[in-house]
Amino acid sequence: MTLPVSDADPFDHDNLEDPGPLHEKLREAGPVVHLTRYDTYALARYEHVHAALTDWQNFQSAAGVGLSNFRYEKPWRPPSLLLEADPPRHDAPRRVLSKIIGPRALHRLRDRWAADAAELVDQVISDGAEVDAVPALAEAFPLRVFPDAVGIPASGRENLLPYGDHLFNAFGPPNDLVAKGAPRAAELSAWVNAQCARDVLDPDGFGAAIWAAADRGELTPEQAPLIVRSLLSAGVDTTVHGLSAVLYAFARNPAQWQRLRDQPSLARVAFDEAVRWESPVQTFFRTATTDVTVGETVIPDGAKILMFLGAANRDPRRWTDPDRFDLSRDPSGHVGFGMGIHQCVGQHIARLEAESLLTALARRVTHVELAGPVRRHHNNTLRAWRSIPIALLA
Amino acid sequence: MAETRTLRVTGKEPVADGVVALTLADPAGARLPDWTPGAHIDLILPGGLVRQYSLCGDRWNPYTYRIAVLREPAGRGGSAYIHDVLDLGEAVGLGGPRNNFPLVPADRYLFIAGGIGITPLLPMVAQADLLGADWALLYGGRREASIAFLENLAGYGDRVQIRPQDRYGLLDLPAFVDGHRPGTRVYSCGPAPLLAAVEQACADLPPHTLRIERFVAAAHGRPLRSTPFQVELARTGTVLTVPAHSSVLDVITAAGADVLSSCRQGVCGTCEVTVLAGEPDHRDSVLDDAERAAGTCMFVCVSRSRTDRLVLDL
Ligand code: HEM
Ligand code: FES
Repeated sequence: MTLPVSDADPFDHDNLEDPGPLHEKLREAGPVVHLTRYDTYALARYEHVHAALTDWQNFQSAAGVGLSNFRYEKPWRPPSLLLEADPPRHDAPRRVLSKIIGPRALHRLRDRWAADAAELVDQVISDGAEVDAVPALAEAFPLRVFPDAVGIPASGRENLLPYGDHLFNAFGPPNDLVAKGAPRAAELSAWVNAQCARDVLDPDGFGAAIWAAADRGELTPEQAPLIVRSLLSAGVDTTVHGLSAVLYAFARNPAQWQRLRDQPSLARVAFDEAVRWESPVQTFFRTATTDVTVGETVIPDGAKILMFLGAANRDPRRWTDPDRFDLSRDPSGHVGFGMGIHQCVGQHIARLEAESLLTALARRVTHVELAGPVRRHHNNTLRAWRSIPIALLA
Repeated sequence: MAETRTLRVTGKEPVADGVVALTLADPAGARLPDWTPGAHIDLILPGGLVRQYSLCGDRWNPYTYRIAVLREPAGRGGSAYIHDVLDLGEAVGLGGPRNNFPLVPADRYLFIAGGIGITPLLPMVAQADLLGADWALLYGGRREASIAFLENLAGYGDRVQIRPQDRYGLLDLPAFVDGHRPGTRVYSCGPAPLLAAVEQACADLPPHTLRIERFVAAAHGRPLRSTPFQVELARTGTVLTVPAHSSVLDVITAAGADVLSSCRQGVCGTCEVTVLAGEPDHRDSVLDDAERAAGTCMFVCVSRSRTDRLVLDL
């Protein structure tokens, strides 16, 4: 079989608006498709995306998880010690952060976040039956709980979303989306970096816990601020769009909302099903560390590989009726949080935020539905919403 | 994927007097869970005997684990079984890998090994070398013939000092750790008297400089059960039987419990379930020793039960 090729641009506005048709074309063309425009090898089937995610030996991250190849190009910011690192350098940062924001460590936040969610939902409902779910819920909740949990100061938090938006655009090609963010990139980076310093962080937060690990010698003092930065980079926009995804999914599927009302313990399943269905993080790249064979194709050493998480999460080879958002499905095994050694270290935070918010909503809201035209927000990596007008019937 | 985690013995060879190295692989040839230098696995032998062994192979090979086992005359049967009975092709149970002895970032490392204590240090040495750190290894043993993995260390030149006791006497620890420079980490593994001497030699070094791993005689007091057990889902009162070759996750999700999972290797932490009664047999890589001892939660993709019944908050 010859290697299928495509001159499609996954990062153009048509494909960002609706990636479904391109995903299907790539999935059906074969295990690997050469994207001529970027000289990149695309993986869109679940089997091959899963295999590439777990095989860190052959598919490295340290040459960048965006299109830019750090073997030849200088990164726009100092690389992440987690996302853009390979073993052995990846080991210590990963170990430290996995403990600080691991499932056991988050138990102490449960009650507080549940109370915060209930308060937010009460306030949103009292403001009127119709709201834009993106700012009112999906942005408001993470911004209310997450920066406090990290322990950054109160001022300047409005910089978090624009910083994240630019960061996730910068994993793509240098297109208009990147150009749009470039003027503020230096200023936003400087602000984020300033929040990572030991003396500005609240002693009870995740940030201070990272510095404490450095004091115990588990990290170097130079690593600590960059690991705090990882939380601020990867922990805000992702959850905002994850929550948007689940709220949109329910607004589009009112019967599923009834299921959640009947059985609130489905909140976690609902969120993971939405992460599968929408894949808020759509894509990440890897770089081949050697000539590596996928299917019948040899991907040459140093080549960039584009993994379509969103396409894998709707691969009919893996999922029955993949386009349906369905709470009776077991979404376990989706690759919306990645898989393997780089699998989202913040996934338990994302799940706890979602569980808190959905539980609070399910308690108060009998019915949700769309109340106007929805609008996407285009980002080179994130599947995002600008606006989801919904009606919440208490 | 196998329902319960087993490894197959694919290699067994003597590497020194009284020491055999085992190569272990997934029965279906799948990738094994990832690990980092300093990690150990629980090997679950027939009869539920559990022994911990450091991984001493190459993490760039995801298909096999390598461990080395010293025959311990005073040991309680685990090492003798491995030396005398365990054959190529046989299956053993797996817990972990877990790492209580991680290599922290540093500019300079001093490694001190006594006998079979070399095993966790071997991958550390390889890693320190790969990172271009300044490092040295002092490696003692009774006699040259009892010192394992000399050929693995031969390429490192005078960074490695091999010191058989019958020729050199006790290790000269003060000389080795002398000239301490800031940013150095000292890693040591070996028999208790060696570790005590190392602690003494490092007593004046800054806090967190020395990291040691003690051999634990046996992972658990009692052997693990290999027979079926029951799980009770507390919210509905449903009682299910977990056969010896099924995971708790598979049994409870088949019965309709809404438990998410992801890695199915005990690594990611997604399948956490609260334990209300009974004593879990932890086989994950997530919990530390204190969390394990507390016994209030378990990762159902890999962990099992030590008691006849587990009551889960589901
Ligand atoms: C719905 C929300 C989220 C989604 C969909 C998501 C998605 C992902 C994905 C796909 C990866 C894998 C990257 C790769 O393999 O190259 C990842 C890694 C990561 N995520 Fe998340 N994430 C979310 C929330 C969070 C949160 C809340 C945090 C922080 C608190 C976070 C921090 C990280 C970090 C630090 C990494 C890098 C881990 C490593 O390379 O070892 N994420 N995330
Ligand atoms: S599914 Fe990952 S720990 Fe159980």
